[in-house]
Amino acid sequence: MAAGETASRPAEHGADIGPLLRLYRRFAKPIWFLAWTIAAGVFLWFVLDVDWDVVGDYLFDYRVMEGVEVTIKLTLWSMFFGVILGVVFGVMRVSQSAMASGAAGLYIWLIRGTPLLLQILVVFFGLREFVAPESLGFGRTDAPFGSIPLLEDFNNIRFRAAVLALAINEGAYMAEIVRGGIISVDPGQTDAARSLGMTNLQATRRIILPQALRVMVPPSGNEFIAMAKNSSLVSVIGVFELLKWSQSLYADNFQVMELLLVAAFWYLVITSVLSIGQAWLEAHLSLERQRGTPFWQRVGQIFTNPRQAHEGA
Amino acid sequence: MVKVEDVHKRFGQLEVLQGITFDVQEGEVVVIIGPSGSGKSTLLRCINHLEKIQRGHIYVDGELVGYKDVNGRLKELPERAIARVRSRIGFVFQRFNLFGHLTALDNVTEAPVHVLGESRGRARERGLEMLSRVGLSDKADSLPSQLSGGQQQRVAIARALMMNPKLMLFDEPTSALDPELVGEVLNVIKALANDLGMTMIVVTHEMDFARDVANRILFIDEGVVVEDGPPEQFDNPREARTREFLRRVLKEDVA
Repeated sequence: MAAGETASRPAEHGADIGPLLRLYRRFAKPIWFLAWTIAAGVFLWFVLDVDWDVVGDYLFDYRVMEGVEVTIKLTLWSMFFGVILGVVFGVMRVSQSAMASGAAGLYIWLIRGTPLLLQILVVFFGLREFVAPESLGFGRTDAPFGSIPLLEDFNNIRFRAAVLALAINEGAYMAEIVRGGIISVDPGQTDAARSLGMTNLQATRRIILPQALRVMVPPSGNEFIAMAKNSSLVSVIGVFELLKWSQSLYADNFQVMELLLVAAFWYLVITSVLSIGQAWLEAHLSLERQRGTPFWQRVGQIFTNPRQAHEGA
Repeated sequence: MVKVEDVHKRFGQLEVLQGITFDVQEGEVVVIIGPSGSGKSTLLRCINHLEKIQRGHIYVDGELVGYKDVNGRLKELPERAIARVRSRIGFVFQRFNLFGHLTALDNVTEAPVHVLGESRGRARERGLEMLSRVGLSDKADSLPSQLSGGQQQRVAIARALMMNPKLMLFDEPTSALDPELVGEVLNVIKALANDLGMTMIVVTHEMDFARDVANRILFIDEGVVVEDGPPEQFDNPREARTREFLRRVLKEDVA
C-alpha cells in the first residue's frame, strides 16, 4: 500500500507532465511487458541457431494442431474430474467424521507424497496389465465408450489412463484448496445456518461452499494452468498431445529446437487463455462487481498487476 | 414455554454449566446477566442445541431439544429432527453472522425457501415486509458488507423472525456494536416484546434495557443460576455475588 502510494504520487504532484508522459505512466507495465518480449525475441533470434522458417512452417501444422487439441482435452477432462474429487475429498477432510477425514487424509498423503510422473506410469501399467478386460469396462477392452459424443477419446486406453492419473493427482491438490476455502469461512456462518434449521449438507452447499469458492478461485486458476503444463508428462505413456507430437516430428526431421519452440508457443497461448478465463471468473464471483472495475480492465490487470486482479478493486 | 432442568455442559475438563435450572413462560422476556465466562452464551447455544449437553433436560414448547429419552437415558436425535426443532427457535448472534454472499433480502428468504419450502414469491413478499418492520426496506439489495453493524443486526433479527419462531434467543446482540448503534437494535427487540408478545431470552450487559424490557432477570455465575427474580429485585439484590457484579457493571457504565 505504502509503496504504491509513493509510486503514484509524483505523477499527481508534477506540475505539467504532458499527455505523452501521462499515457506512458498509465500503461507503463504493459508497455514494458511488450518491450521485454521483443527484446527476448531478438535475443533468441541471434543466439539460437534456429531455422525460423521451419518454426513458421510447423506452427500451424495439422499434427501440431492435433497435439494442441489433445492437450486442451486432457486439461479440461482432468480438471473436471480433479475438481469433483477435490470437492468431495476437501469436504471429507474437514468433516467431523473421523472416518471420512482419515480417508481423505490418506489420499492426500499418498498423492502429494509421490511424483506425478510415477503416478502416471502406475496408473497406465496398472490399467493395462492388471485390470481385467471385463472389469467395469475400464480395463484393456478396446472401445468401451463406442461413438458416444465427447467420450470417444476415452476409447484409447492411454488417454483414459492419462486423464485418470492427472485427475487423481489434481484431486489431492484441489482437496487442499477446498479445505483452505472452507476453513476460511467464519464458523459463525455454520452456526447461523444451523440455527435456521438447515442440515449440515444444506449449510455446506448453500452457505459455506459459495463463500469458500471466492477464496478458492485464484489457487484453482493456478492449478488449471499447472495442469495444462503437467499434461505434457503423459507423453511418456504415448498420448499424442502437444509435446509428444513435437517429439515425434523432430524424431523424423531432427529440427529439435524448432519443434520445441513451436510447442512452447502453444503452451503459452493455452496458459494465457486460461489466465484470462481466471480473471473473468474472479470478476464474475466478486460480489461488488457492480461498483468495481470494468471487466476488461480486470483482465488487463492480470498481466499488469496480478495482485490487484486477485484482490478486486 | 422453555424448561431447563439441571443442565450440565463440559468443554473437556472445563465445566461451563454446572446444573442450570429455570423456566420461561409463554410471552415472557427473560434477561440473563453475568460475568464473561459464566456460561451465559453457552447456555443459550444449548437451548437450540448448537452445543450438546452432558446432563439434564431442555424442553421448548413441551418438546425435548436435541435428544430422545430412551428409558431415562438421553440419546441424540438424528440431524433432521434437530434441524426441525431449531427452525422454530430464532437465534440472534453477537457477531450477526449474516450470510456474506447474499443480499439482505436473500438472507431473510434463504431459510423460508430452502428449509420451510415456501415459494420464492411468497418468501420475497414476506421478506420485504419483515425488512420494513426493522426499518430497512431500502436496504433489501445491499450486501452485509455494505451495511453498518446495527443494520446487519436488524437484518439478522428479521432473518430469525421469518421462520415464525416460538422463541427468540439473543446472544449479546449489541456488544459488537458501536455505542451509537446500540439503541436502534434494542428498539427493535423492545418492539418484538411489546407488539408481538414474543417469548425471548436475552443475554446482555445493557442493564437499563434489562430493567426496561425484562419480566425476569437471571444472574448466572460459574455455571449456576445465582439469582432469579423480577427486575426490581436487582435494584437491591439478595445475593452478595449479584451485588458485587452489578456494582462493577454500573461503575464501568459511569466511567
